[in-house]
Amino acid sequence: MDLDSITVMLRSFWTVWLMLLLTGILVYAMWPGNRRTFDDAAQIPLKDDGQEL
Amino acid sequence: MTSATLTSGATLGSQRVSEDVRYHEDAIRLFVIAAVFWGVIGFLAGTFIALQLAFPALNLGLEWTSFGRLRPVHTSAVIFAFGGNVLFATSLYSVQRTCRQHLFGGEGLAKFIFWNYNVFIVLAALSYVLGFTQGKEYAEPEWILDLYLTVTWVLYAVQFIGTVMTRRESHIYVANWFFMAFILTVAILHIGNNVNVPVSLFGMKSYTFVSGVQSAMVQWWYGHNAVGFFLTAGFLGIMYYFVPKRAERPVYSYRLSIVHFWTLIFLYIWAGPHHLHYTSLPDWAQTLGMTFSVMLWMPSWGGMINGIMTLSGAWDKLRTDPVLRFLVTSVAFYGMSTFEGPLMSVKPVNALSHYTDWTVGHVHSGALGWVAFISFGAIYYLVPVLWKRSQLYSLRLVSYHFWTATIGIVLYITAMWVSGIMQGLMWRAYDNLGFLQYSFVETVAAMHPFYVIRAMGGVLFVTGALIMVYNLWRTAKGDVRIEKPYVTTPHKATVGAA
Repeated sequence: MDLDSITVMLRSFWTVWLMLLLTGILVYAMWPGNRRTFDDAAQIPLKDDGQEL
Repeated sequence: MTSATLTSGATLGSQRVSEDVRYHEDAIRLFVIAAVFWGVIGFLAGTFIALQLAFPALNLGLEWTSFGRLRPVHTSAVIFAFGGNVLFATSLYSVQRTCRQHLFGGEGLAKFIFWNYNVFIVLAALSYVLGFTQGKEYAEPEWILDLYLTVTWVLYAVQFIGTVMTRRESHIYVANWFFMAFILTVAILHIGNNVNVPVSLFGMKSYTFVSGVQSAMVQWWYGHNAVGFFLTAGFLGIMYYFVPKRAERPVYSYRLSIVHFWTLIFLYIWAGPHHLHYTSLPDWAQTLGMTFSVMLWMPSWGGMINGIMTLSGAWDKLRTDPVLRFLVTSVAFYGMSTFEGPLMSVKPVNALSHYTDWTVGHVHSGALGWVAFISFGAIYYLVPVLWKRSQLYSLRLVSYHFWTATIGIVLYITAMWVSGIMQGLMWRAYDNLGFLQYSFVETVAAMHPFYVIRAMGGVLFVTGALIMVYNLWRTAKGDVRIEKPYVTTPHKATVGAA
């Protein structure tokens, strides 16, 4: 089996790969351990603006 | 900056930001001025060609002022000149603040980008009027101008991504993700759709490298993703920075924003074929485009909910802050037009709507309601900050602008709904002998009153923009209008509790 035929075979399951990717993103976004990081990130625009040049 | 200050900035991170960050703002002021200037030009051009459609005598019998040549002047002026300068201004402003870092490449590179981009705009507009065009919608500039824009765009990418890479904030804020997706994808789209073969080395004329239905598919892969990444992802970057900033509250759900980002960029790129329903494009590709367009409902509405719900618990600000009203109404329009879009991509609906004014109305509910309104909100936020004024000249004038423009949009889109659906129904009407019931010119005559209403909507939109210009001019001068202030009346329950 050469690389081309493997690529073609894998490509035909593209909806599966996309679903897995989406699931991964959802898990990452909803992972309880990430909550603090995201809560902090949400505050980034509200911090002090700093000085202007 | 020394490592000592870096440490102190990091230690105090959550309370106070390293006080020695000096942000670049000169170029951003230029981008804001250009955005306002091109906005007015673009809205005027749009209103003029709307009047040309209602009263063809306004073509003036000259080739340079004919509808066909002025229409790309309007679309390029509003999308690339107004929208583009707004995106440069807001992205380069917010990336510095969300990364705690001044611009990579400094003020010089930003100004270089500014002049190059705006010279490109002028050259493109001149070339349309003189009759040079690739004939590709939203990609009209000929090959030599395309090359020029490519260089400018790459420099912009270097400046923006360079700033993100040298950031002093560990997390890349979600607005920057949207801006980076916008910059990267627009670069790919622009190059992909402009693979042209010039006829001669010193001539303007060129032909597309791909031909036939492939050429059409490449064009609408470009065209729809120009909507998806220039007019949506870029302006969502504005939403994620300026709505929280103006509302003084963090975004409703940061987790939702992550899901919003990844689903939006994965789905949008496939939606292009819905522009080519019932053409020689293969059926499977049409169905693919339709399916992905319908799936886009989810990220679009997720994003809309995230933007609007940021005000949760502070709805009162909508009444007292017309700038925030612009920003939030724009998100509501975003929700409305991204509901309408997938609906129109469904093949049986498209059979009625395509090539009619319904499409034009749909585009403008997105362009005027979403893109222009969020831009106005961001500009009203930016001008007092950039010109070091404590407040805008007048919040009442912002409110007048808001209502004038809103009525203009409502006139525009309702006229186009009625006109478009009527047009579609007239085209497909048969008499009892199986002949088409209406000739084409009869549909044109039936649309005339709606074209007049649409032009009136345009006049109101321009009027609103002129109110904004006056307001911003006085703000920059440092004037403050004597007017009845917006007061925050305490809620009854709060009063009772106190």
